[in-house]
Amino acid sequence: MKTYRKGEVKALDGLSLDVEEGTVLSVLGPNGAGKTTTVRILATLLSPDSGHATVGGIDVIKHPDKVREIIGLSGQYAAVDETLTGWDNLVMFGRLYHLGKKASIARADELLERFSLTESAKRPIKTYSGGMRRRLDLAAAIIVKPKILFLDEPTTGLDPRGRQEMWGVIKELVDGGVTLLLTTQYLEEADHLADEIVVIDHGKVIARGTSDTLKKDVGGERLEVIVEASQLKLVAEIITRVSGTSAHIDEGMRSVSAPVKNGTKSLLDALREFDEAKLHPLDIGLKRPSLDDVFLALTGHAAEETK
Amino acid sequence: MNAITDALIITKRQLLQLSRVPEVLIFSTIQPVMFVLLFRYVFGGSIDTGQPGGYVQLLMPGIFVQTVAFTLAATASGLAEDMGKGLIDRFRSLPISRSALVVGRTLGDSLLNIVVLTVMGIAGYIVGWRPTGGILNTALAFLFLLAFGYALSWTGIFAGLAARDARVVQNISFLITFPLTFLSNAFAPTTGMPRPLQYFAEWNPVSTMVAACRELFGLENQFGATAGSFPSEHPLITSVFYMLLIMAIFIPLSVRKYVNKSK
Repeated sequence: MKTYRKGEVKALDGLSLDVEEGTVLSVLGPNGAGKTTTVRILATLLSPDSGHATVGGIDVIKHPDKVREIIGLSGQYAAVDETLTGWDNLVMFGRLYHLGKKASIARADELLERFSLTESAKRPIKTYSGGMRRRLDLAAAIIVKPKILFLDEPTTGLDPRGRQEMWGVIKELVDGGVTLLLTTQYLEEADHLADEIVVIDHGKVIARGTSDTLKKDVGGERLEVIVEASQLKLVAEIITRVSGTSAHIDEGMRSVSAPVKNGTKSLLDALREFDEAKLHPLDIGLKRPSLDDVFLALTGHAAEETK
Repeated sequence: MNAITDALIITKRQLLQLSRVPEVLIFSTIQPVMFVLLFRYVFGGSIDTGQPGGYVQLLMPGIFVQTVAFTLAATASGLAEDMGKGLIDRFRSLPISRSALVVGRTLGDSLLNIVVLTVMGIAGYIVGWRPTGGILNTALAFLFLLAFGYALSWTGIFAGLAARDARVVQNISFLITFPLTFLSNAFAPTTGMPRPLQYFAEWNPVSTMVAACRELFGLENQFGATAGSFPSEHPLITSVFYMLLIMAIFIPLSVRKYVNKSK
């Protein structure tokens, strides 16, 4: 539990989670849900008001020094010295990890190469793009090959290409066997990278599971048909018959949808009936719930609403 | 041992920064040199000191002290900037000594002071400053100035950690150091001030430092209203006492503030 004195806002409220060694847990939630606070506590930057936490079997409150030796942290903002070059930064952090001069230099070169930063190694970070900064920041976090890595919103603010590159780098790390706790407000990111997802809101865990089980919790597939406005009613009748539940009509979207149990069979049935009725839908398909739907269903509000 | 090497790596970082942005070093030396020239030629003519060698002999110790006092602002804003950028979080998540970052920065600022004082000394010499206390005493005076700067940089560390914004902390530091350096004997005799200010000026650590340096540079230094008081009779010892006092208060406060930044 963590309460901030200013305004007595509870940032974390009885939050509890665990990550199995060698897996990726994604903490998913909107801004202000408590993601960063969670990471800061686990990375020994913040003390909780109550409760306890262990990282790699070590108590973060009793032995923060020991925790710091096995973790890597890359935060929301690139925490590197901007006036120095990428190479300078990595060598400096290597030395602060007590690698020794030679080993620090070798490791810096290796990491710059691996994260495709060799070309800009001797340029001040100030001149880097957002994606390059994040990669460098991540490189700084894994200098001593930490067993456990915390990534706090590693792709927030990146363009799609930067995000793809970052995901590639993260996947590589995970394949290398690191245990990763990743926070994100992008549902797609959690879906893409995580073995397991914890959804948090207002400092509380509101759901936990794999992306598939979470989707299942929200409900199965839906059959959705887009048609000409004039055919909405007729199509709704057919869908209701095929699915066995009353179909939902969205007049604005000109769509008719209904939850279905046996997805493909229902789809085929619907297609056959449309053909017989000489109806030509503009689009028809099975929709699996997105994680956005999951969030909406779990919290009752869209992910963007909370500040 | 690690605590020292960690701190030195942080100091090295600061030197690297200076080599990447040499303008910082250039401007932090130009400013005091400009003060030397301005005071020497603007006020030098109108202040009758009765001092052989003229106003510049009294002025140089004053400007030396003022300059090292101003590094407080640089220390504070440099640290505040690191915090604003989240860099501090990275340092704090590293398995390094808790004091490394702040100790490293105070050492770095002292190195910067060595450069600045050297350049100022040369500039002073060019415009007629001639210390007559002998080489040993002159060297001792510079060591004294460095020690004073070092002590003050700990107040800068505290201010930097307490502040929320680098620009604000820079302004606040100047609001404190500017009057402190002028409410002293640094640029003009205290005897011209209203009585209550005279007392303040003469107990002001800046004044005792200036008086101590003047003594070491081979000058007589007279305090006005409190002539015969302890600081006016023993500026060296009083200054040492002030430095120790500042460090005794601000080193533990700063380290605690740094460690507790998490609470």
